[in-house]
Amino acid sequence: MGEEIYLFITLIFIILGALVAVETRSLLSSVISLGAVGFGLSIAFLLLMAPDLAIVQIAVEVILLIFLIRATIGRDVVPTTGHINWISLSIVSLLIVAFLLIGIYSFRSLLEFGTPIISAVGEAPSNSYIENGLSRTGAANIVTSVILDYRAYDTLGEATVLFTAILGALTVLRVRSRRELGGRR
Amino acid sequence: MIYTLCFVLFLIGLYCAITKKNIVKIVIGLTLMEYSANLFLILLGYRKGGVAPIVSENMNITEFLATSVDPLPQALVLTSIVIGLGVTTLAIAICIRLYEKYGTFDITEIRRLKG
Repeated sequence: MGEEIYLFITLIFIILGALVAVETRSLLSSVISLGAVGFGLSIAFLLLMAPDLAIVQIAVEVILLIFLIRATIGRDVVPTTGHINWISLSIVSLLIVAFLLIGIYSFRSLLEFGTPIISAVGEAPSNSYIENGLSRTGAANIVTSVILDYRAYDTLGEATVLFTAILGALTVLRVRSRRELGGRR
Repeated sequence: MIYTLCFVLFLIGLYCAITKKNIVKIVIGLTLMEYSANLFLILLGYRKGGVAPIVSENMNITEFLATSVDPLPQALVLTSIVIGLGVTTLAIAICIRLYEKYGTFDITEIRRLKG
C-alpha cells in the first residue's frame, strides 16, 4: 500500500462528495458538493504525477462552478416530491449492481495498478515520446510536447469543439431574437 | 481496488443521470461520469513510484524512460477536460433557457415541446 493510501483517501472523499451531490435536496448544496468533487479530483491528479492536469482541472472547476451557481441561485424551487416509483427504482438498482459486478470481473484482465502498459509493450508510442521528446521538440515537459507538437491536430480539433460549444451557449442564452427586435417590438 | 472505486464514481453519476427528475441533477450526473472516465485513463498510465513526465537537467534519459509515468493519457485527458467544460456549459445554458420558458427544472413538467 504505502504511498497509495493517500490516493485511496482522496478517492473515498470524492465518492462521498459525489453521494452528497446526488442525494441532497437543495440544488445549491448539490452544486457546491460537485465543486468539492472536482477539487478532490485535482488532488488525485497531483498524487498520480499529472501536475498539468491538476492545474487545468482547478481552472475548469472554478469556471464550471460559476456557471452552475448562476443557473441555480435564487431558483431553489420546491423539491420534486410526488410518489416514488419503487418498481423502476429497484430495476435501476439491480442493473447498476450487475454493471458493477461486470466491471469488477473485467478489471481482472487489466494489468495490476501501478504497472502502465508502456512498461509491458516495448514499442508503445509513449516510449518514443519520452525518449525523443526533449531532443526532437525541445520541450522539457513531455505532455506539452505531445499536445502541441506530436498531436497538434487533436488540439486544433479541441479548439474547434470548444469554440462551437461556446457559440451554441451564447446562441441559446441570447435574450431577444433579431426578429423580435425588428418586428413586434 | 482503486479501479473499482473509480468505477463506483461512474455508477453514482449514472444513477443520478437516469433516476433524478431535476434537470440540473442530470447535468451533475453527466459531469460525474466525465470525471470518472478522465480519472480512469490517468490511473491506467500511473507507474508505482514514478515521476512526472518532465525532464529535469541532471536526469539520464534511459533512467527517465524507466521511471516516468505515461504522458500520452495525460495529454489526451487534458484535451478531454477542456471539451467537457464546453459541453457542460452548453447543457447549463439550455437548462437556464428551459427555466426561463417553463418556470421549473422538473423534467416531468417540461412536456410542451413546441417551437
